[in-house]
Amino acid sequence: MKSLSPSVPALRSEFGAAVERHQVSSGQTIAYVSRDRSHDVLAWLRDTPGQEYNYLTDVTAVEYRDPERPLEVVYQLRSLGRKADLRIKVALDKRVPLEVRSVYDLWRGADWLEREVFDMFGVTFVGHPDLRRILMWETYAEGFPLRKDFPLRGHFSRAEQTRQALAANPEAHYSLEELSLADAYGELPKDMQERLARGERGFLK
Amino acid sequence: MTLRTVEMALATPGLDAAGFPTRVPLGVAGDEPHYREDLGAERMLVNIGPQHPATHGVLRLVLELEGETVKRCIPHIGYLHSGFEKLGEYRHYNQIIPLTDRTDYLSPMANNVGLALAVEAMMSLELTERCKVLRVIACEMSRIISHLVWLGTTGIDLGAFTPFLWSFQERERIYNLQEAWTGARLTTSLTRVGGLMADIPDGWEAGLRDFTNTFPKTLQEVDTMFTRNAIWIGRTQGVGALSAEEAINYSLSGPMLRASGVDYDVRKDRPYLDYETYDFDVPVGEYGDIYDRYRVRLEEMTQSNRILEQALDRLSRLQGAPINVSDPRVVLPPKSRAMSDMEAMIFHFKQVMEGVKPPAGEVYMGIENPKGELGYYMVSDGTSKPVRWRIRPPSFINLASLPTMCEGSLLSDVIAINASVDIVMGEVDR
Repeated sequence: MKSLSPSVPALRSEFGAAVERHQVSSGQTIAYVSRDRSHDVLAWLRDTPGQEYNYLTDVTAVEYRDPERPLEVVYQLRSLGRKADLRIKVALDKRVPLEVRSVYDLWRGADWLEREVFDMFGVTFVGHPDLRRILMWETYAEGFPLRKDFPLRGHFSRAEQTRQALAANPEAHYSLEELSLADAYGELPKDMQERLARGERGFLK
Repeated sequence: MTLRTVEMALATPGLDAAGFPTRVPLGVAGDEPHYREDLGAERMLVNIGPQHPATHGVLRLVLELEGETVKRCIPHIGYLHSGFEKLGEYRHYNQIIPLTDRTDYLSPMANNVGLALAVEAMMSLELTERCKVLRVIACEMSRIISHLVWLGTTGIDLGAFTPFLWSFQERERIYNLQEAWTGARLTTSLTRVGGLMADIPDGWEAGLRDFTNTFPKTLQEVDTMFTRNAIWIGRTQGVGALSAEEAINYSLSGPMLRASGVDYDVRKDRPYLDYETYDFDVPVGEYGDIYDRYRVRLEEMTQSNRILEQALDRLSRLQGAPINVSDPRVVLPPKSRAMSDMEAMIFHFKQVMEGVKPPAGEVYMGIENPKGELGYYMVSDGTSKPVRWRIRPPSFINLASLPTMCEGSLLSDVIAINASVDIVMGEVDR
């Protein structure tokens, strides 16, 4: 059984109370940090000599079956040079909007990973330049699939899902940005322009 | 509204008395100035996929072109999204294994191994020696077939058809071995928590030994065909290059990362299944372009072949050894005992009805899959179904670097770059 990573005492002496607690599970160290300091902690871990967690293995989230328990955003870090791993968790209270600072500026690899967490859990990453749904389509209106209050077969009935698919605006397969760069908006039939102008692109925008 | 597209003359050009065409399409002969202005002044939007053979699955790329240069590349994914992670939360741990077959379906056995290792790490199970050796064989066979698909399809994308036939021929031999072992060619579901679904059949080692003896010759032929081929070099060298810093910043893994010169292989740096006791080298590239990715993957197949040979040697010393741990909490008793022995029947019943129950806790288990680092992050609350099953999908994360590699290159290079990432959409979309 591997023991506690030496990065945790270092984090505690640097950030004090922002490191809320830590635990070792299956020999892997997990440190919980406060939401407000999460970006500082991750930047410090990346840049400080002796820590050098230069590789962001994964960003994901966990929601527990206990509805009282906060949702956790999980950062899996690795130091390629030191061959060490560390897991940082940020607990998000579900009674307030789920928001955490994006680490896009630290690791570009966070781009799609954060988009996926947003898509699946509805966590907003503040500072992410392009936070859109990634696996589900942009007009997806049923909510966030990996949340525990999301039923396995979705919120909508099969009939409603089919009705929505058939009624979908085909131009919605392109984002407004893509339509604008093709200068194609002006060439659309009148009714499609109206539907796009009315915002028939789902609930996100 | 400006005129965006050039009207192409659809009719066959007529011929004048001298035999020259009277109408030439694309306004070349007519020399109408607005055509040429138009072509240079406006950017074009090209949609590739989701049904396009060169996107290797249901990937859709929206490209903004200026002439033939890609100014922007916007990938759209999710057409194959199956919600495996959600499904896993409703299944016992052993029932998740068939789901892993269907993520990276070009290396199903390696995925099975990764999932079993993650649950075993949570339960602190010590595997039997024979099981470890057989799992190493499964992983390395997967690496070879996955790289062979990559080699063949990439060759086709760049116009080389023959190596595709060679690689698929070799791949077929491994598929036959998979079929003999598990009964399935693709949906292998090889592992179980604490062991394997089945031991290898009698005489199976001879088939694999035959493969390892003859496979290097095929690799040699591919090497002769590609490595110093002028067309291949012209299409791949310097195309889609990523520096080591960029590769780390984009969290790339596997051959993509190593081609950029970063020596990180999970088998060496965070060993599992006793990989540290095998003698093999990790090829590392220098320039991070498509050519280096090709060289890295080709060499990895050679090294996998070496590992397979060593594993076969070990296997011959482990004849008749058990493949499952002797822990009744995780392994089913033999059916004959379950029908005659009370205790065995109870264990059998609890296994089937309730499944394996790891203690409350969590684990991240990364293994070196052909596409890169495949990670399974599992959170257990002590019940028989995981609270969260997260797949760290290597091809999803590798694909995220595609816009950076494509922007500024030519349209035809996009096909080559996309092929070099080695994606499998079942895993990208999950």
